Amino acid sequence: MEKLILRRVDHNDEEVLLNFGPQHPSTHGVLNFLVQTNGEVLTRAIPDVGYLHRAIEKIGEKVGYPGFMPYTDRVDYVAAMFANEGYAIAVEKLMKLQVPPRAQYLRAISCELNRIASHLIAVGSTAMDLGAFTPFIHGIRERETINDLIEALCGARLTYNYHRIGGVAYDMPSGWRDKVLAFLDHFDTLLVEWDRLITYNEIFIKRLANVAVIPAAMAKSYGLVGPNLRASGVDWDLRRDLPYGAYPDFQFKVPVGKAWYGTLGDCFDRYYVRVLEMAESSKIVRQALEKIPDGEFMAPKVPRKMKPEAAETFSRVESARGEMAYYVVSDGTENPYRVRIRTGSFTAMGIIEALSPGLMLADLVALISSFDVVAPEIDR
Amino acid sequence: MMTTQDIHSKMQAQFGEAVGPLSEPKLDAFATVGASRLVEICRWLRDTPGIELDHCDDLTAVDRPQQNVIEVVYHLFSYPHRHGVVLKVMLDRAAPALPSVEEVWKAANFMEREVYDLFGVQFSGHPDLRRILLPDDWVGHPLRKDYQEAGGYHGVPNVRENPLVELRRLDVKRRAETAAQNPPAPPPTPTEAPKA
Repeated sequence: MEKLILRRVDHNDEEVLLNFGPQHPSTHGVLNFLVQTNGEVLTRAIPDVGYLHRAIEKIGEKVGYPGFMPYTDRVDYVAAMFANEGYAIAVEKLMKLQVPPRAQYLRAISCELNRIASHLIAVGSTAMDLGAFTPFIHGIRERETINDLIEALCGARLTYNYHRIGGVAYDMPSGWRDKVLAFLDHFDTLLVEWDRLITYNEIFIKRLANVAVIPAAMAKSYGLVGPNLRASGVDWDLRRDLPYGAYPDFQFKVPVGKAWYGTLGDCFDRYYVRVLEMAESSKIVRQALEKIPDGEFMAPKVPRKMKPEAAETFSRVESARGEMAYYVVSDGTENPYRVRIRTGSFTAMGIIEALSPGLMLADLVALISSFDVVAPEIDR
Repeated sequence: MMTTQDIHSKMQAQFGEAVGPLSEPKLDAFATVGASRLVEICRWLRDTPGIELDHCDDLTAVDRPQQNVIEVVYHLFSYPHRHGVVLKVMLDRAAPALPSVEEVWKAANFMEREVYDLFGVQFSGHPDLRRILLPDDWVGHPLRKDYQEAGGYHGVPNVRENPLVELRRLDVKRRAETAAQNPPAPPPTPTEAPKA
């Protein structure tokens, strides 16, 4: 069989055609790039995705509304809380359910802890892909603590399945709040240490600054979302600008790219926005733990078999990889008629071909890791 | 910030019959637009001051065999104005085709490829319309409601026996073997009555 992707390449003798991936340590999962290089400079890199396609949207049409929740974990297993939350919000809109305030707070706490864990992987693996292994281990160590905390909350360490349609699955266990606060006290000092460990490292800066610059207009046109969009200078965060759940109650800043060491929208901005976001998430968790109201953590009388009336809705949440949206269409039966998941990684892959001409091959690695793409989220 | 109704009435004023009526808003209302003027409408929505839908949030499709249509759904949003609109294009299921909006929002490139891959919708003017999630030689478009699995892909089956059945078979076999190796002990002989 002729691969259609090869029709796009018209290479001469000077150029080399390489397969980058699908099993390459710095592709963040099973990702393939068809790379055309002239010496060490890329002529173009064509992403070839789909190796992890598991037909999650099709499964959504085959199982009932509550039964789809565990599958959403698998959409983005590095930040599964957000996938849970987005789906729960969409179905709650269809079912016209009111989520109790305590559940909203528990959702915010679990999501922000998950955001810290996910960003630790993101910034750690950025450093690892560029050859600095130690920061990744530091990040993983802190993430272990968060995994322990979330395990105490919901029993799972990776695919949480914690949010429910109408609330969350469990309340906080006793003593959990103090454990989280103790971790955050430790974590805030770690972020200072993190900057000294890797952010100000001169080689690291040289590998990221001025590499693969994305202007704001280009970022918008290609549909970049979340930290990737903010790094290009677009001041936009769904938690602040279209708040959902408990987010109107919290005070936090939205870090935006400032061309710290190079040009606005380069790889370093994308990296450092995430570091700053972790500090803001820590603030949000503290405020939420302080203000969390008493009461139920699940809406009363949530039916086991849901039959929302025929309608369609679109819910957007600010995931660790940017906007995650669920488009759920109901036809009045027990199963959704259509579930569509819009993820940040998928659109981030779309921009790589446009950015690749003129990059060095080693910069492609920096570019991919600065987007913080997660392969299952691309392919779903 | 404008409501969906405002944007829709402006669209109707500008494009007349190409823009259908707004749907009954059960939750999210949508406007139906004609495929022929789609690109023009999208570019107008992106560039008109006050509307400026600069973010193609989502582009997907819904298959409705009963009505014999495939709906292509555009969720558009504006960062500066924080408003949005949902557009739908109704296509014939037999030969769904419409112009690509890739030149308006580059994000549509991958999303249209996905819709082509999973629904079989042809986007004319798309620069690189290939399958994206499935292999190039895949047969059929799986998110269509009447999709039939082809019964495997290059020798990889898509059905398998329930693993519990296989385990049960192994279990029965092992018990039979054990029984063959260790014949059951003879029934206990009647012992003498205990002496008093």
